[in-house]
Amino acid sequence: MIPAAFTYRRASSVDDALALLAEHGEDAKLLAGGHSLLPLMKLRLAVPEVVVDLGGLPDLSYVEDRGDSVAIGALTRHHDLATSELLGREVPLLAHAAGTIGDPQVRHRGTIGGSLVHGDPASDLPAVALALDAVLVVRGPAGSREVPATEFFKDFFETAVEPGELLTEIRIAKRGGQGWDFQKFTRRAIDWAIVGVAVAGDAVALVNMGPKPMRASAVEAALAAGASPAEAAEHAAEGTSPPDEHNASAAYRQHLAKVLVRRALENARAR
Amino acid sequence: MHVTINVNGEEHGDEVEDRTLLVHYIRDTRGLTGTNVGCDTTSCGACTVLLDGESVKSCTVLAAQADGHSVTTIEGLADGESMHPVQRAFQEKHGLQCGFCTPGMVMASVSLLRENPNPTDAEVRSGLEGNICRCTGYHNIVESVLAAAERTTEAAE
Amino acid sequence: MSILGTRVERREDPRLLTSGGVYVDDLREPALEGAAHVTFVRSPMAHARIEAIDVADAAAMPGVLGVFTGADLDVDPVAPGPGLGGQPLPSAMARPHLARDVARYVGEPVAAVVTETLAQGEDAAELVSVDYEPLDAVVDVDDALRDEVLLFPEAGTNTAARSGERDESLFDGCDVVVTRRIENQRLAAAPLETRAAACAWGDDGRLTMWLSNQNAQACRDAVQEQLGLDEGQVRIITPDVGGGFGAKIGVDPDAVLLGWLSRRAGRPLRWSESRSENMVAMTHGRGQRQTVTIGGDREGRVLAYRLDLVQDLGAYPLMSAFLPTFTGLMAGGPYDIAKVETTARCVVTNTMSTAAYRGAGRPEATAAIERAVDLFAAEVGLDPAEVRRRNAVRPEQFPYRTATGLVYDSGEYVRAIDAVLEAAGYRALREEQARRRSEGAIRQLGLGISLYVEITAPNNAEGEHGHVEVLPDGSALVLTGSSAHGQGHATSFSMLVADQLGIDIDRIQIVHGDTDRVPAGAGTMGSRSLQLGGSAVHRAAVDVREKGRALAAELIEIDEADVELVDGDWRVRGAASVGISWAELAERARDRGGLAADVHFVSDSPTFPFGVHLAVVEVDTETGGVEHVRHVTVDDAGPVLNPVLAEGQRHGGIAQGAAQALLEHMSYDTDGNPQTANFADYAIITASELPRFELLHMETPTTLNPLGVKGIGEAGTIGATPAVQNAVVDALSHLGVSHIDMPTTPERVWAAINEA
Repeated sequence: MIPAAFTYRRASSVDDALALLAEHGEDAKLLAGGHSLLPLMKLRLAVPEVVVDLGGLPDLSYVEDRGDSVAIGALTRHHDLATSELLGREVPLLAHAAGTIGDPQVRHRGTIGGSLVHGDPASDLPAVALALDAVLVVRGPAGSREVPATEFFKDFFETAVEPGELLTEIRIAKRGGQGWDFQKFTRRAIDWAIVGVAVAGDAVALVNMGPKPMRASAVEAALAAGASPAEAAEHAAEGTSPPDEHNASAAYRQHLAKVLVRRALENARAR
Repeated sequence: MHVTINVNGEEHGDEVEDRTLLVHYIRDTRGLTGTNVGCDTTSCGACTVLLDGESVKSCTVLAAQADGHSVTTIEGLADGESMHPVQRAFQEKHGLQCGFCTPGMVMASVSLLRENPNPTDAEVRSGLEGNICRCTGYHNIVESVLAAAERTTEAAE
Repeated sequence: MSILGTRVERREDPRLLTSGGVYVDDLREPALEGAAHVTFVRSPMAHARIEAIDVADAAAMPGVLGVFTGADLDVDPVAPGPGLGGQPLPSAMARPHLARDVARYVGEPVAAVVTETLAQGEDAAELVSVDYEPLDAVVDVDDALRDEVLLFPEAGTNTAARSGERDESLFDGCDVVVTRRIENQRLAAAPLETRAAACAWGDDGRLTMWLSNQNAQACRDAVQEQLGLDEGQVRIITPDVGGGFGAKIGVDPDAVLLGWLSRRAGRPLRWSESRSENMVAMTHGRGQRQTVTIGGDREGRVLAYRLDLVQDLGAYPLMSAFLPTFTGLMAGGPYDIAKVETTARCVVTNTMSTAAYRGAGRPEATAAIERAVDLFAAEVGLDPAEVRRRNAVRPEQFPYRTATGLVYDSGEYVRAIDAVLEAAGYRALREEQARRRSEGAIRQLGLGISLYVEITAPNNAEGEHGHVEVLPDGSALVLTGSSAHGQGHATSFSMLVADQLGIDIDRIQIVHGDTDRVPAGAGTMGSRSLQLGGSAVHRAAVDVREKGRALAAELIEIDEADVELVDGDWRVRGAASVGISWAELAERARDRGGLAADVHFVSDSPTFPFGVHLAVVEVDTETGGVEHVRHVTVDDAGPVLNPVLAEGQRHGGIAQGAAQALLEHMSYDTDGNPQTANFADYAIITASELPRFELLHMETPTTLNPLGVKGIGEAGTIGATPAVQNAVVDALSHLGVSHIDMPTTPERVWAAINEA
């Protein structure tokens, strides 16, 4: 299948990308790795008139040591996250989770920025960013602003990135030594998670348990009150509204969330 | 638009529609029909080629995105008459039947072995989870990749 | 030493591995120069009246050569083929090439767009505007049986065919009777190459069609008939075919229509469907709702078995209106059961039609009885392996006449069971299972056994054609009506000829899938290739050898008994220097009609390969997740011509079989909307979900063909599916779980544990 006709524009810099967005407004879509957008375009579920390719911006692909934190360029590919020594040491949850996304070919193209901005509640990295209290740097015509991950995901496929804006960087405080775990329950290894759980210390985030990636607040509150992982995990379904469709019922997902949160917390503590 | 893409070691300049997918550029513009299209959801891996040496699904890359980069397809893998060790191993271990998934499977295997020259059985399986084969049950594909790894390691020693 | 039985690498592979095969979409034939593209507009509605179709906007798009609807066609709908046991089906259920007044499934073609480029086709097809008036959809077979909504009101019923009589006394005398409803779910064949066709009319008025198909000759006849052409007016060529699995046996109306469109458009045409189209518009497989009832005594002896089945035909009755005949014939499986009864009803629903899929009617029979035997074993409190041993047909009973009227040729069933149990370490596995149970482990172990017998080459009476010829350059040419799509005929059939003629396999050319070169043939299906096609080629090679012997003796002027074939040359026995080569012989035979033979091999009966599969799974009792950790099998199909190829067939079958048990389901919602209409949603099994397979070897020959061989192509899907399903249930039996329908998804496993 072939996308509907569009005009391809390659951004030569972040400013150029912003200018192209300003020029074309709602008709334009940003293309990073393309692994969220192009499949939708082939099925003609997305029909942008202009595609602005960010692929020519190598200055947005990096994993950098910033002292207390690690900064990741928005165009850093999943493969580079998974194989980054710095992340493996300082933010192992992110490196590990990135290595479980899709398949190797997808990881060679897909980017962290693309994944976060897409805002798909079923994808892994948004929940990971939430659990890690990542800070997202969004740039627009008026300059850059920092958005905490907890305020970034607004609704189903909707994020804090406004039209005309661009996610440029993800900052995460170093986590060396902190317990972590990532549980991803799938039918096949390549499938999207039926339910996923990211744990960083006592922060717990859920994949595919509602219209947007979410923190398991009730679990976190129970932990803070001194509950054991098993006790806290019993709260995993609270406040969730998972999809109810042919892949899995909502009730089953809520059950899975409890099991996976318990396992993730136990693994994190043992790590 | 105009793209310049190095395909199998040779640079080509071509006019393509903006919406042209890399796989259609390879098959139709360049006439290299070894790379196949097996699905439309980036699931099956039949269209896998190497882009700057790494496996990608060419049905989910625009030709425009490959502008200025190099692409290796199944036709560019052998060294003249001499098959690449992965190709040879697929023949020896009967890692293919109908052959449709094979070019993509071989390219994914080449990329896998570049990143992990001595994979375990489980690592080969997870390394190939982006490639669907309906004929072989994967048993002999895994054998092929393990055999190629062994041969490559031996050659390096 | 004979080449037969040795591990010969495939001759096909260097080409497939270096430049890729040449599938229909890869063809760059001169005849297809300037070919335009066909894009079908398909119904998004499961059941709807087509009030109007407006093609004006589409026709005005760039590159459009024509837009055609059912109203433009002067081609008759395709009459349904035979139903159960060969009975005729209601003529009202004929299948149109383009839906005219009513669309009956999502994916039914309603218009065809012809454009210069493929992209233009997709653009224009979006603009064909169809005014649909929705009708109630019938999706579930139980709903269809009620006949409240009819797909074909003129037929008066949704039931296209029925067979079987109920004997109310069937279970008299049984101490134990168990019954259970079982779902044998609908699957997508999903060959990696979707359906594809290309065609061109020649100046001679003949239509050449390249088709991705398993049976060129039948397609030729169908295209001629449907387009109203004379015999000899159509040539079908099947180039490399990227998998078939039964779903490429017949020619679909979409492909036939290409010939008509090509004549109207005055252009050669190409059509290669997308995967999203393929999933909804290529025939699906399986789709039986079964009720098994099994009765016997407390010692585990099965005395009577009943299978009541409802076959989901989909919207138009195709081959699956006949396939339950095989299910019924094979219902009793490998067991010596005195009374076996099957009733079958075939009903139409607002879904894609069903037809053959790897095993075609026989996996359904095996799945049913192998579940039933496990249910029975659980009820009498015996190990499922032991119940199988007690009931299996014994070697001295062959040829064995079944209660359903078949004659099984040969088998060693109990030996196969014992071989698999031994190799798997069955006792140790049971001990490990007991340990985990007593510990209340989260990951429980399940062992699933299936013992199967299948019918291969069920269309044995059609036979197969083989032509062998030695050419003046000393090479050999083989023409066969059997046609490969991954099975490796170029290797296996040349081994048969090399064995007889001593000519190197690299100098033997195998030609198939071209109706001008091989006019007679029945294609590849039902695991028939080697036993019928191979036997024909073998016999023809024997004939050529004897012709060669006679001619060599005549030319050397000695007795035929005194010449022998040594290293590919005819020599005088005991005098190594006096001889004559095949090339010389062929040259001398030119004016005597050449050194060639044609054989049409027909077998008196199908053959009955058998085997045992043992699957080991681990079930996570908290999540319901299942991991398939081991798979040990015997698949005995008689002597093995080339172990490399036979093992490959077994591997692929096991994977597809396990996939049915664990993952795959072509599902529709209650309104008839497909829910698994692409490869992201339809869970095709990948390498990560499968273990290494442990294959054991057994050979029990048949006397029904000169090679002693039976079919191996469908062994895996028949044997593996119930083994894996039984294993999942077995892992949870101590919790009170007695059955889980396929696919045994984590959620179903979780639900079964909860309900137990």
